Amino acid sequence: MCLGVPGKVIEVRDAVAVVDFWGVRRHVRLDVVDEPVEPGDYILNHVGYAIRRIPIGEIEATLALYEELLARAEAEDDLMAADVRNEMQGTGND
Amino acid sequence: MRSALDERITLKYGAGGEAMRTLIRQVFLDGLIPQHPNGDIGLAAMDDGAALRVGGRWLVVTTDSHVIHPIFFPGGDIGRLAVSGTVNDLAMMGATDVLALTCAVIIEDGFPRADLIRIQHSIRAACDEAGATVVAGDTKVMGRGELDGIVLNTTGIAMSDRVVPDSGLRAGDLLIVTGTLGDHGMAVMAERHGLALDADLRSDMAPINGLVRAALAAAPGAIVAMKDPTRGGLASALHEMAGKSGVGIVLDEEALPVTAPVRAASELLGIDPLHVANEGKAVLGVRPEAVEDVLAALRAHPLGREAALIGRCVAERVGAIILDTGFGRRLVTEPEGELLPRIC
Amino acid sequence: MTDGSGVTRRSPGTPRGLAELKFRDPTRARALSEALAHVVAAIGRAPVSVMHVCGSHEQAIARFGLRAALPRGLNVIMGPGCPVCITDVPEVDEGVALARQGVRIATYGDMLKVPGTVMSLADAQAEGGRVEVVYSVAQAVDLARRCDEPVVFFATGFETTAVATAAAVLRDPPANFFVLSAHKYIPPVMEIVAEMPETRVEGFLAAGHAATITGWGVFEPFVARHRLPVVVAGFEPLDILAGLLKLAELVRDGAADVANMFPRCVTKEGNRRAQEQLWRVFRPIGGKWRGIAHVPNGNLRLRDEWAHLDARRQFDIDLRRLWDHAPPALVDACICGDIMAGIKAPTDCGLFGRECVPHAPVGACMVSSEGTCKIWHQYGGHPDLALPAQGGDGAVCAR
Repeated sequence: MCLGVPGKVIEVRDAVAVVDFWGVRRHVRLDVVDEPVEPGDYILNHVGYAIRRIPIGEIEATLALYEELLARAEAEDDLMAADVRNEMQGTGND
Repeated sequence: MRSALDERITLKYGAGGEAMRTLIRQVFLDGLIPQHPNGDIGLAAMDDGAALRVGGRWLVVTTDSHVIHPIFFPGGDIGRLAVSGTVNDLAMMGATDVLALTCAVIIEDGFPRADLIRIQHSIRAACDEAGATVVAGDTKVMGRGELDGIVLNTTGIAMSDRVVPDSGLRAGDLLIVTGTLGDHGMAVMAERHGLALDADLRSDMAPINGLVRAALAAAPGAIVAMKDPTRGGLASALHEMAGKSGVGIVLDEEALPVTAPVRAASELLGIDPLHVANEGKAVLGVRPEAVEDVLAALRAHPLGREAALIGRCVAERVGAIILDTGFGRRLVTEPEGELLPRIC
Repeated sequence: MTDGSGVTRRSPGTPRGLAELKFRDPTRARALSEALAHVVAAIGRAPVSVMHVCGSHEQAIARFGLRAALPRGLNVIMGPGCPVCITDVPEVDEGVALARQGVRIATYGDMLKVPGTVMSLADAQAEGGRVEVVYSVAQAVDLARRCDEPVVFFATGFETTAVATAAAVLRDPPANFFVLSAHKYIPPVMEIVAEMPETRVEGFLAAGHAATITGWGVFEPFVARHRLPVVVAGFEPLDILAGLLKLAELVRDGAADVANMFPRCVTKEGNRRAQEQLWRVFRPIGGKWRGIAHVPNGNLRLRDEWAHLDARRQFDIDLRRLWDHAPPALVDACICGDIMAGIKAPTDCGLFGRECVPHAPVGACMVSSEGTCKIWHQYGGHPDLALPAQGGDGAVCAR
């Protein structure tokens, strides 16, 4: 729950990866990550250890999730607005 | 809470924040406030330097001690820092033509001669850039372990026709910073903590009296406050300026110039670039009608290419610095004590 | 957008070049904020209180100024999720005592200034104690390898951080490397907060990084028992807003569910490899969190197998000498625990803003950059940073 930062793996040497974080490189240990990690992968770093390999597809999936959430919220909004309109016109939908 | 421990001066008192100002007020100013019938700016103003009326002009004086470690780092060393720091303090008062510098050194027994020579070369080079000369000095050696390598003290004097305080802001004035933020502090922090950051972090230390001279010439009278954001970063500098001027400040986070390596390093370490020291930058308070002229003059100078308009002064929330993040707003605080990397 | 010189402008606090860019898009953020406001209004009672239990969530909320953009009817309480805040006074004292006994201590920067009974590690350092700040436990191990004397790693943080300590322990550290464990485990404290009679919390935002390790399945029993929704959220502005939106929906619908809004990092089972290492090295025991009563299974201690590097078992930590000089009970007057549990506000504390201020803190809530008291002190209370409307699009600066 603390400062987990995503970075891109440049190189892997045994249990240590060289990871690029927005142009800054650090060594990150791979002792606890639960999938094999390769150059080009993204990992989540916490206190110098990779705790998760982030599948690229997941980033898009998360954004899609947020879009869906928004779309649903807007749709409900529209329903509410429709109710208000109906009431004002005296046709009252329940 | 004042405990028995506050009978000792600890590191937090040197870090440029509230603790340091309180210390200065309680220990150094107490009973020492002299009268200034000429309107001189003295110790009580706690400005970057002192200004004394001499004839029809101002004699501006400042002094600094330099204890930075490591002594050598990407972008500079303690010698360059000593000259830049003092020249810039003078410049922040509006005194851009340096009359003279002094330089005293205290050296630890066993300090390498080659390092001393390297530092001397840096001092000479920085003086050339600033158009300044070291005219007097002092040399002392202390026993091994009695100090950490080397300490430099520099005093600078200059004559000036005008003095720009750090307290002249009023609502409606705009704020300009002369270049990118956080370069020096991040470079030093990476070295000091052996942070194995494989990035191009370099200190920005440089004498900026020429840059300031150009800005002042472009808009005489319209630059109403100046400060160099050293220890405590832009946050500390703005807090002082806002507090002394009696205004609030609103900053636009999107407009703050920060290099990609500094941004990345600060994300990784959980440190706010606004809290990080700069040694070759200034923040200027400018009357709105002159802002374009000042920006143009700064950007035309090699040290001012990244100059940017970053905020404005408001009448509300006196003394507060509000940052518009693009997602919301937050208050910018001053860092307390030494900056430390954060994990949580 | 950059100008080729490497200077980043335009996007607020956004580093270039990573897909994460999209999680700081202000337009989407505004849309999510508005949607959140509507859902909160639809819940029909005010305020609705939800709690997060993660210091980094609070840090992100504070850093991006999100609280100023949240609807007034939503109260996002910071619960006991700041590891600095809940590290108990005697635990800090153990580290301080060792430092004063001449032992080399390595610690994360966050812990340096936390007050113990008499002093903090920073104070011990000022008195000549050898306390070094490290960014990773691996650095502490390196330190031990490079010298002959004992190095004690003062291990603080929640389970995400404890995983790293476990990995270091399992990797044959040198014989002069020791661990003083003050690690904590979060799920038990959620139970405590949920069970407090005064609590008004209607849902929890759970920490995405801890859940990366533990999996979201760990919250199912909690939700079943207490009938309170839990949403796992990440730390970018969009993650937090979307997480709060989802949580508000669940509260509105009376749905006692676990929702994972951080699927790019969190699965139901979590990271098994990390869990195995964690529980091989540590066992949970009950203990006191700073200001909060006993938390069953809330503390992580080294198992007997690792006694040889357990600082508590290998060193004679002399706390009595430390406590002989304890100042009168300012520490007793501190109500950080109630504040962390969301029951009291900083302004309810007699010390707040007086004896307890950022540069002279009494309680950990004022030390930590995420502590509720620190944040309230900065903002003068709940943030209200509206200014009189300005002309044009409201932008501070022309671009």
